[in-house]
Amino acid sequence: MASEAKKALFEPLFSNNPIALQILGICSALAVTSQLSVALIMCLALTSVTAFSNLSISLIRNHVPSSIRIIVQMTIIASLVIVVDQVLKAYAFDVSKKLAVFVGLIITNCIVMGRAEAYAMKNGPWNSFLDGIGNGLGYSIILIIVGTVRELFGSGSLLGYQILTPVSEGGWYMPNGLMLLAPSAFIIIGLTIWAIRSFYPEQVEKPDYEMQNAHNAPAHGATGGH
Amino acid sequence: MDLVSLAVKSIFIENLALSFFLGMCTFLAVSKKIQTALGLGFAVFVVLAITVPVNNLIYKNFLQEGALAWAGMPEVDLSFLGLISYIGVIAALVQILEMFLDRFVPALYNALGIFLPLITVNCAILGASLFMVERDYTFTESVVYGASSGVGWALAIVALAGIREKLKYSDVPDGLQGLGITFITVGLMALGFLAFSGIQL
Repeated sequence: MASEAKKALFEPLFSNNPIALQILGICSALAVTSQLSVALIMCLALTSVTAFSNLSISLIRNHVPSSIRIIVQMTIIASLVIVVDQVLKAYAFDVSKKLAVFVGLIITNCIVMGRAEAYAMKNGPWNSFLDGIGNGLGYSIILIIVGTVRELFGSGSLLGYQILTPVSEGGWYMPNGLMLLAPSAFIIIGLTIWAIRSFYPEQVEKPDYEMQNAHNAPAHGATGGH
Repeated sequence: MDLVSLAVKSIFIENLALSFFLGMCTFLAVSKKIQTALGLGFAVFVVLAITVPVNNLIYKNFLQEGALAWAGMPEVDLSFLGLISYIGVIAALVQILEMFLDRFVPALYNALGIFLPLITVNCAILGASLFMVERDYTFTESVVYGASSGVGWALAIVALAGIREKLKYSDVPDGLQGLGITFITVGLMALGFLAFSGIQL
């Protein structure tokens, strides 16, 4: 595999993760993760939309005047999402009911739009397709982490199979209802970002203000400490 | 009374930002200063208050199953075209609003600046329209719903900006700096908003 293609496919997984670093596509990442199976379907839907929108936008990138490119991208993305929505309604109706409006919201998911604008408008179709898949997978990794934690600790099961038997069924595990509520998703993603940035210290953001330690501040003596 | 209850519900209990996570990208990216957060919040409010009722009219008169009866086509169901029409309406309205403000209220136009075009891809706007369709609101309800969800979203982003302005003086661990701590702050805010659940007028 050519190195450019490899980069397009694997870089978004950790070192340039769409959610943790690019701040793209957060909305849906949070809302659909209280059950792992739903989160998986969402990942699949988003990855296919990103990949194919990147592919089609890259194919026509030299024929679209730049003044109307946003509308063209929107139309392509919206059509792809309609296809995904109809497929889900036809073959996975229960899941599509659970995902509710969030399938439609893939249109405004910034990952799709952002990658189309930042990558597919400048690169060839094959690399763009891989970039779409890579970013979809980067999004999926975060969703799967959050979904696993929330379902495991929130209801003691994974993909519907009972792992920790809850107290109500004679087991020992007291389900943490908070995990199924909205706020836990924020906190889990915050902690995930912390973990990723501990492995990749170059991703750490610079603080707006530096706290000056009175003892170590250069103006107060270069020896440092007492 | 129903309408008041709906308004309270969509401002506090079912806050678009804090309980449905809509518009999160802008919510996290543009909440560093109270001033800009206020501008963006107001822009979202205006756009929501206009687009939700307009999309309601489009859905009821063109897309819903049987809605085309007035045109002599009672069996046609165009609801699968919903997504593309709503996003079209939103994009067009944002564009019109931008031109209108530029011509008649330049002060507001300058204050909103780049935020207006960005609103097209804000999921809170499309999300509110989709919720309106899913919950089958009437036209009056959709007006109230659009406006009050806008208020709720604006309230949430201004509150977050206030917290973040204080937060920059605190000593945050390196890896949490910036995005990480913001996520956790929003999580705690969402916990606070949970306290409103169950309130009914």
